Amino acid sequence: MTNLDLILLILMVVAAVWAVMARSLLKAAIGLAIVSIVITIFMFEFSSPLAAVFELSVCSGLITVIFLSTIGLTRPLSHKELLALARDRGRRYGFLPLLVIACGAVLAFLLLKMPLDLEVAKNTIVAGAREVLWNARHLDLFGQIMILLAGVFGAVLLFRENSTDEW
Amino acid sequence: MPSLLILVPLVGILVLNFLFKFVVRRAAFWFALALFATQVIITFLHAPFFYAGNADRFNPFFKVVFNIDGISFVALLCIEIVCLASLVVARYTLHDLSQRFNFTNLLLISSIGMNGLVLTSDIFSLYVFLEVAAVSSFIMIAFRRGKRSLEGAFKYIILSAVATVLMLAAIAILLLACSDTSFAAIRQGIGQSPESNIILFSVGMFISGLFIKAGLVPFHAWLPDAYSAAPDAVSVLLAGIVTKACGVYTLIRLVVSVFGFRPGLSQVILLLGAVSVLVGALAALGQNDFKRMLAYSSISQIGYIVLGLGSGTALGLAGAVFHFFNHAIFKSLLFVNAAAVAEEAHTTDMDKIGGLSSRMPVTGSTSVIGFLSAAGIPPLAGFWSKLVIIIALWKAGDIAYAVIAVLASILTLSYLLSMQRRVFFGRLKQGLEDTREVGPGFSFISVLLALIIIACGLLFPMVFNAIYAPIKQILIQ
Repeated sequence: MTNLDLILLILMVVAAVWAVMARSLLKAAIGLAIVSIVITIFMFEFSSPLAAVFELSVCSGLITVIFLSTIGLTRPLSHKELLALARDRGRRYGFLPLLVIACGAVLAFLLLKMPLDLEVAKNTIVAGAREVLWNARHLDLFGQIMILLAGVFGAVLLFRENSTDEW
Repeated sequence: MPSLLILVPLVGILVLNFLFKFVVRRAAFWFALALFATQVIITFLHAPFFYAGNADRFNPFFKVVFNIDGISFVALLCIEIVCLASLVVARYTLHDLSQRFNFTNLLLISSIGMNGLVLTSDIFSLYVFLEVAAVSSFIMIAFRRGKRSLEGAFKYIILSAVATVLMLAAIAILLLACSDTSFAAIRQGIGQSPESNIILFSVGMFISGLFIKAGLVPFHAWLPDAYSAAPDAVSVLLAGIVTKACGVYTLIRLVVSVFGFRPGLSQVILLLGAVSVLVGALAALGQNDFKRMLAYSSISQIGYIVLGLGSGTALGLAGAVFHFFNHAIFKSLLFVNAAAVAEEAHTTDMDKIGGLSSRMPVTGSTSVIGFLSAAGIPPLAGFWSKLVIIIALWKAGDIAYAVIAVLASILTLSYLLSMQRRVFFGRLKQGLEDTREVGPGFSFISVLLALIIIACGLLFPMVFNAIYAPIKQILIQ
């Protein structure tokens, strides 16, 4: 792992946390786009240009455009509402950073005490990961078509005009 | 031709959308009903042409060999019976024709997902089909776009996403360590490096993901909200089979066929099973909402299945698979009854309903069968499966867990008895004078499920032998 990879990984984590914690939806969408861009760089680095191009065009491009257009159509929260939201969030999730640090400390302690045995029997992927995941079976492709089909029905049902339930 | 189980529903979806949609939407219900009923009959009869995985003409197309053994047979039967029950409930509870039509399509997609994950013998395909079932479930829960249903669906999505991340990361590590994602290759890889921490870590991650999908304590936060907020027909499907197929069946399949029983893994499974049995039962005691109580009861009953698996013996596993079947049937029955109550009384708050048995005799009587089976009262099916699990735990030396299972059964009896008394017995509450049975289809499915419970209880030696013998064979292999 190079220093650049390390910087990119840190950037990705920071952008992901920002996407979740940002007060403004606009900033959250931008945070998500940055995560996608970093993933794109990693994919290029790991010699997967096709996947990288898809990630860049769809996840960081198209989806961000859809998010931004939708946010443009919604009413932004007032400064007062944003502050109330931030306070509420702080009260609810304030313990999370402490929890992450505590878990990290426990893991580090365990690793120091008991180093991980990362050795496995030499099973090199003869065909390559791409071959195993994409070409070895067509059943997965069938499953993915089903997920898309479910998504289509979801869009039809959840984005129709009239709601039939009480709010 | 096991592949028909995933291909025929797809053809059904295409026919429904390109033919019936323009002809008459009402026919969609009958079409799907005929499809599921045929599947139930073919599966039950164990038709040889249907089960010969090697002779499947679609094997070259899918590039896999489908495999049906004793465990998958029980799972397939449960999937089809529960889908049938859910479809019938939808006919009476989803009044909008368009909603019902879309529900039918999603139900077919969900059945493809569940059938696919039961048939496959590849961990990546299994993950893909898990997602098919999960995505269709999210949409079905949020179906009516009410605040509660959206909240329930959102919680399910978030926790499912955590499970997905854990499972995908585990698959990536297993692929690198074992060179392939087929069950056989992973089993071989684990056999070659049984003490490798990285493999143990990935197995742990995958199983943690399955614990979330199964709704075991402490990974259960999504389950009560999702079950109680979903439309009635979806609650039947979720409680009856989706959680069990996605979480419990997958856990059983992977532990038995891939990861193997390890002492550490068995202890974790036993501990989580026991905690789920107790916490689920105690939480159910304090509920006022009919559906929410049944949701907590599901957590408790899934705990029993997991306890049977954790015993690590053929007897325990057979008990777990038998309880898997029993739970699918009696919990579907109880949720069908809850749907009938909700449809007629327009509430599931048990403080606002009472004495419904006099107005809804079929619902009230079948509910007694369902709750007695859930509580493990002889000679109903639930009694036998719980007994087998407790005996297996005792014989395996896990006496403390056996005692917990017995004690939790008493708790189960108390909260279900309380539910029955509050909802169905006593004097009819004011404002419920006009309630009556929902419809003949509703009553038919309730009676059918109740008859299955009684028949499995009375014919226990035959039924159990049909489950036990193949499982013994699988474990020997």
